Amino acid sequence: MSEEHYLELCDSPVQFENASSVNNVFFDEANKQVFAVRSGGATGVVVKGPDDKNSIAFRYECALKSLCFALIKQNRPVFSFQNGGQGGSEISQVCGEKNATVLGFCWTSWNEIVFITDQGVEFYQVLPDKRSLKLLKSHSINVNWYVYCPETSVILLSTTVQGNVLQPFAFKCGTMSKMSKFEIELPVVTKPAKIILSERDIAVATIYGQLYVMYLKHHSRTGNNPGAEVVLYHLQREGACKRSHILKLNTTGKFALNVVDNLVIVHHQSSQTSFMFDIKMKDTDSNLNIHQPVLPARSIHPYKIALTGPAAVGSQTPVPCELCILFLTFLLGSGYLWYLQVKLKPVVSLLQDKSKLMEFLLRRRDCKMVILSVCSQMLSRGDKGSLPVVAIVFDKLNQVYKEYLEAEQSYTMAVECGPSRGSTAHKRPVRTQAVIDQSDMYTHVLSLFTERKDVSHKFIIAVLMEYIRSLNQFQITVQHYLYELVIKTLVQHNLLYMLHQFLQYHVLSDSKPLACLLLSLESTYPPAHQLSLDMLKRLSTANDEIVEVLLSKQQVLGALRFIRSVGGHDNISARKFLDAARQTKDQMLFYTIFRFFEQRNQRLRGSPNFTPGEHCEEHVAYFKQAFGEQAFIKPVTL
Amino acid sequence: LFSPRMATGMQEKQYTPSLLNFFIYNPKFGPREGEEEKKILFYHPSDVEKNEKIRNVGLCEAIVQFTRTFCPSKPAKSLHTQKNRQFFFEPEENFWIVMVVRNPMVEKPNKEGKPPTIEYQEEEILDTVYGAVLQQCYSMYKLFNGTFARAMEAGGVELLTQKLEKFFYRYLQTLHLQSCDLLDVFGGISFFPLDKMTYLKIQSFVNRVEESLSLIKYTAFLYNDQLIWSGLEQDDMRILYKYLTTSLFPRHSEPELAGRDSPLRPEVAGNLLHYGRFLTGPSNLKDPEAKFRFPKIFVNTDDSYEELHLIVYKAMSAAVCFMISASEELGREFCEQLDGLVGPQLTLLASDICEQYNINRRVSGPDKEPQFKFIYFNHMNLAEKSTIHMRKTASVSLTSVHPDLMKILGDIHADFVRVDEDEEIIVKAMTDYWVVGKKSDQRELYVILNQKNANLIEVNEEVKRLCKFETMDPFLYTISTKLVDMLVTKTA
Repeated sequence: MSEEHYLELCDSPVQFENASSVNNVFFDEANKQVFAVRSGGATGVVVKGPDDKNSIAFRYECALKSLCFALIKQNRPVFSFQNGGQGGSEISQVCGEKNATVLGFCWTSWNEIVFITDQGVEFYQVLPDKRSLKLLKSHSINVNWYVYCPETSVILLSTTVQGNVLQPFAFKCGTMSKMSKFEIELPVVTKPAKIILSERDIAVATIYGQLYVMYLKHHSRTGNNPGAEVVLYHLQREGACKRSHILKLNTTGKFALNVVDNLVIVHHQSSQTSFMFDIKMKDTDSNLNIHQPVLPARSIHPYKIALTGPAAVGSQTPVPCELCILFLTFLLGSGYLWYLQVKLKPVVSLLQDKSKLMEFLLRRRDCKMVILSVCSQMLSRGDKGSLPVVAIVFDKLNQVYKEYLEAEQSYTMAVECGPSRGSTAHKRPVRTQAVIDQSDMYTHVLSLFTERKDVSHKFIIAVLMEYIRSLNQFQITVQHYLYELVIKTLVQHNLLYMLHQFLQYHVLSDSKPLACLLLSLESTYPPAHQLSLDMLKRLSTANDEIVEVLLSKQQVLGALRFIRSVGGHDNISARKFLDAARQTKDQMLFYTIFRFFEQRNQRLRGSPNFTPGEHCEEHVAYFKQAFGEQAFIKPVTL
Repeated sequence: LFSPRMATGMQEKQYTPSLLNFFIYNPKFGPREGEEEKKILFYHPSDVEKNEKIRNVGLCEAIVQFTRTFCPSKPAKSLHTQKNRQFFFEPEENFWIVMVVRNPMVEKPNKEGKPPTIEYQEEEILDTVYGAVLQQCYSMYKLFNGTFARAMEAGGVELLTQKLEKFFYRYLQTLHLQSCDLLDVFGGISFFPLDKMTYLKIQSFVNRVEESLSLIKYTAFLYNDQLIWSGLEQDDMRILYKYLTTSLFPRHSEPELAGRDSPLRPEVAGNLLHYGRFLTGPSNLKDPEAKFRFPKIFVNTDDSYEELHLIVYKAMSAAVCFMISASEELGREFCEQLDGLVGPQLTLLASDICEQYNINRRVSGPDKEPQFKFIYFNHMNLAEKSTIHMRKTASVSLTSVHPDLMKILGDIHADFVRVDEDEEIIVKAMTDYWVVGKKSDQRELYVILNQKNANLIEVNEEVKRLCKFETMDPFLYTISTKLVDMLVTKTA
């Protein structure tokens, strides 16, 4: 049953004191820290984040209504700003017109802050030394409410009477840029104009590196609409904001949004289940970007809160959706702050379509081991007709692998060329977990797979060839160990003619180790000898090996002819050839070889005699004995 | 029986070699006197008088017995006489096949009244060539009927003689002894030049089909009558290839060329167009009367001895042989399944190969008539390539050079067979042609150069440049020499 839950809460939540009459809890989305403020800070402020080992605690003398905590990370004092600028804080700032209401503020960097009032935005630089703020820019506009995305420093302002025209502002290094505004299409237009679009239904998030505004569109029950949907607007730095994706919820009720690992998670309150959407997953039957949930809705895996103390018994407390205050990446509830995590293993069993599954997995952060296990599983079952699926999966993996290799290559080229052209610093491509290379496949999948006794060798070879085909298709150089795996399997099952054919069409690329392996097969499969020699010749770096092979086969003349044809005959060892010639017990052959070296000596040193360093005394003696003194070439003496 | 090849002068007539007798016997079957006829299992021509049959068989038996005393391990292979030549072959223990070929001859007219003089050219035919033809006869028989011994086990002499009669009656009619040459000796396989990626696609196709139709035991893939992949062992493939390229494919290509039964009429399966059709078995799946019977072949006769259905399926120029154990019943359902699965994929693959092939051709430049012709053969993989032979048809294989040159090639080969070592022979033919034979580590290359004024050294240099054996077998598009270039560009 636990395999059903594909969403879970992280193992180590941030624990804090529950909000109460004396305790205020704040959450800083930018720094992902929880602030527990007791008695307005007078009795203490505790700051905790999921990554922080220790919490920071300090006291604060005056009562706080609002808090901004951007500087905690830098261990700077907390600044507080109060409406109208009265009293007690370290830096005070009056902002907006007299009658303006401050809606809030956001830190856009450690020393920049933006105030949002109902009449506009003001962008300040914080000067901690002078304890003052410097106005950088301001913009007047009627604002209903705002939403801030700390990751990208984009603020979304709701304007107009109905609130459905959104004006985004982007902040970067002291600049404030106005982006093009856009209108959210409302489901119903009410006659008396009033605010319809609420900030609860709008969220801003980065998905796959792009900024999206998510709008939770509730459908009126009266219409024949199937249910609510989430509409994604793609927010670009330049150009108009476009409606890009629609996520179908097919139900109604209260919803909350999360973005985890580029997936949009929609929690449905009444059923206590969550929907998961991947905007890159295309539905084949529509070319519009309408998405159905990747998987059937499931509840979040129940979280076990371990109780401490003598009566500590693990109690399974499902965290109900309604208790949680939802932030884009977090769940906050009953004294805990959790990260939401996607569990990939259950997805594997829930998503039957392997092609879709692979695409989905390849886009996830911690996917490597899951992908590899999917591959292993897929091969071990050996279902009928699974080869096409295997092929698709391999192609998907190698597509990502190839993209990475290409990026890596162009990076290396760029680095080698130096920083001469262009000022852009070359960034080394990041190797994500989705890059599954040949060694990963070999170690975790293929080498184990080929050892399996319960799978037919036909299927094993088919799978290996399919992987090699896929690599070739993406023009990835195949590593030698994969070829070895193929050869080992073929040899094991005595399929040497098959091996021969593969080599004939250069499916297994030439290499010295492969040539040596072939040589070793000669006794069981004679043609391997020729295959091996050809390969060595094609490699053209293996002349010594070729000579050795020929000599070992007593083809002394052949060896000599070969080495002469490649121009290496002045450097070969005379003794080695004479030894081999003697072994053939062919007198004429020995004579020929001996004469060749005498002539070489004459040519190189002006004398037909062998030098002592050549260790040919034994052969000289034999030659004399066999053919007589007068058979030696006479040294030319002047 | 006699077919005049060419008439020189006014009345002189030339006769090509022809088949005189073909018989199969087993000396153990009628050891006693008076029972000699029992030894004869097959005799062609059948209308020969019984006593003559017995005499001829007896003579062969005697020759074999007699020569055995000189070399017990290698009995006589042929007997040369003025008028004809006999070839002996013992494919299975005590089973002998004998082929008697009449020597080519010239009929010269004499002065009025006198009968013409007949001059037999007993040196014109080659032992290696006709010996190989005889062996091929047996291999072909075995492919479709299994071994003699198995037939004996199953149904005794009666069954064996029936099988022999049925097979050889038709097969001998297709023997064209006058056009046999060196290529028959090699019995090689022409491989289709192909790049690695397309080859891997074919692999993938074969694996997929074998996986989803698990009845299929072996698959062979051919394109343009050239082999690309064989799941069968080399020796079985060699004879199957021979059958496909000299018998089955020509039979089907002729109606194609004639426009009947055009493959350009696509079959509609599902929503995919495809050009696939069966060359063996049902000629039209839609036909309610269609028969689902496939020829049976025997492979691995030395060990596992398998009997298989042979399904040959073709889409455009790509042909695939699927071999399925003969014990399986194949019916309409299976054929439809196969057609539906293979047809669309094979059609796609065939056009892929065609496209790739044309790219390679373009890369290697236009087809220009080269200065030389050649035959290449590699004993290791049976790869064979000839620019001397034209496209084979069902009836004859045509050569583009004079028969005298072909004879020289055969002679050179016969020399090569005698020694184990690498050799090179250069011959200047009467007609100003240079003929070069080269044997190097299981490979043989024969080149016919037409360079009138070239001397021996120049010819030698030329041939040296042509031979880069290590790059030749794959004959893919790594074109490093003129010869490899030709290997790629020249087909059909």
